[in-house]
Amino acid sequence: MIRAFAILIALALPAAAQEESIVVGLSQSSVSITTDFVGSEILVYGAVRRDAPAPTEDPLEVIVTVEGPATPIIVRKKERRVGIWINRDKVRIGSAPTFYAIATTGALGDILSETEDLRHRITIPSVIRAIGISSEAEDAPQFVEALMRIRQSEGRYRVNEHAVDLDEQTLFRADVELPADLTEGDYRVRIFLTRDGRVVDTIDRTIFVRKAGLERFLYTMSREQSALYGLLSLALAVLAGWGASTIFRLIRP
Amino acid sequence: MQMYLPIAEVSINALLVLGLGGIVGFMSGMFGVGGGFLITPLLFFIGIPPAVAVATGANQVVASSVSGVLAQMKRKAVDFRMGMVLQAGGLIGSAVGIWVFARLAVLGQVDLFVQLSYVLFLGTIGAMMLQESIRALRRAKKPGAPIKRAHVHTWVHRLPFKMKFRASGLYISVLPPMMIGAGVGFLSAIMGVGGGFIMVPAMIYLLGMPTKVVVGTSLFQIIFVSAFTTLAHAMTSGTVDIMLALLLILGGVVGAQFGARIGVRLRAEQLRILLALLVIAVSVKVGTELVLTPNEPFSLQVMGAE
Repeated sequence: MIRAFAILIALALPAAAQEESIVVGLSQSSVSITTDFVGSEILVYGAVRRDAPAPTEDPLEVIVTVEGPATPIIVRKKERRVGIWINRDKVRIGSAPTFYAIATTGALGDILSETEDLRHRITIPSVIRAIGISSEAEDAPQFVEALMRIRQSEGRYRVNEHAVDLDEQTLFRADVELPADLTEGDYRVRIFLTRDGRVVDTIDRTIFVRKAGLERFLYTMSREQSALYGLLSLALAVLAGWGASTIFRLIRP
Repeated sequence: MQMYLPIAEVSINALLVLGLGGIVGFMSGMFGVGGGFLITPLLFFIGIPPAVAVATGANQVVASSVSGVLAQMKRKAVDFRMGMVLQAGGLIGSAVGIWVFARLAVLGQVDLFVQLSYVLFLGTIGAMMLQESIRALRRAKKPGAPIKRAHVHTWVHRLPFKMKFRASGLYISVLPPMMIGAGVGFLSAIMGVGGGFIMVPAMIYLLGMPTKVVVGTSLFQIIFVSAFTTLAHAMTSGTVDIMLALLLILGGVVGAQFGARIGVRLRAEQLRILLALLVIAVSVKVGTELVLTPNEPFSLQVMGAE
């Protein structure tokens, strides 16, 4: 009985445990947004652990994604009405990340199959959740395309193919730049190993992006004690106005 | 010097904002206006979200009006009683404006409404001011031309609820000043401006107030309306960015003092022509954006995080 069980486990093991798995490190697990914040660079590095020699038929590929907190978004389209451009149609997109960066070892189309992309939500179009939008406007897909186009031009969505270095099919590293206009929240870092378009292993890490110091204090106050915050803004304005006129009166005879 | 703004959630160049504040302060010191009509579109231009620009602009107007009123008070050029009456109307107008602003935000038409207000009001006021100041300049060149009577009785003087305004030397109904106050309060909430550019001509031409008390009284009233607007925006939408306001104010108060020195050397008519041209330029700039085909017809509005 025991022997039979042992054989069963021995048979199951190779299938259950992956042949290749990821070991990963991040240069930092938190980012503080302070007044002088100008963006940050996250180094994602790691290695591929193997229980058996590496398969030789297809090369190993690595995909690194960094995803900021998601929010619902309304995309509006301007149209000309009586000579002026005004917002007409709108499409509500259920959830889109405020930031999304992909770095890979090769062209995404080559190293990731469509089914795997749909399952793991890796590319930008698959990470945006736009379900049931077709009823909201004619040609709804162009609203999603516009969202991606605008966010890409703002540097919020980035695709860097060939930006991951992979040495000896084992060691990899990628630098992901976080822009200065960063939204607070939990940033999910995912690493995918693929062979022949198939995801072999994946791992998740979180980077905590938080306002710190004065930024934290002011933001919290504006949300939780908005009346006090408003009065503080006014006090500052009155004081500055009075201060300026007093100082210049003293300077000027 | 980059700086991350806690409410706007964008990183801006602090020196650029100080400079903008300084330039606008310079203009406001020279012309005796709050400068909100310049600040708000300039903030749009450097990438501050419109809602934050409007609310923070109102906060900046508080600072420049306090500075201005203190200078005018020394000259006894503030009609406090008139200021209070304008005020009563102003608070009503401002409250309505904030409500409309919130409704428009839901409809996605804030930008359009703000832009249209700019084109309409700045365009009209600018054109009127230009016409009037050119006429005044011509008259000044032709001595002996008939001078307009200072006190003309119009329909304004036949309304009920009359009140004495000693500093202005007026005995008129409280209704017109209240209506003017309400209109300006409304604009202040929608456009993030103090409304001096509308208030000043309205006081002169509609109420017949003497020019010497007009600027001080208008500034006095604007302090309270823009303070109310700032507070209301802070409490309803949380869009006042205190760091952005601080930078604008610091640049502004210094610029205003230099502007005031230059302003003294120029003639009143020349000043008014320059101001009129500036107002018209802003209105044309905003107007062309409405008419020209945009590079990107789509726009994003981020909803609250889930």
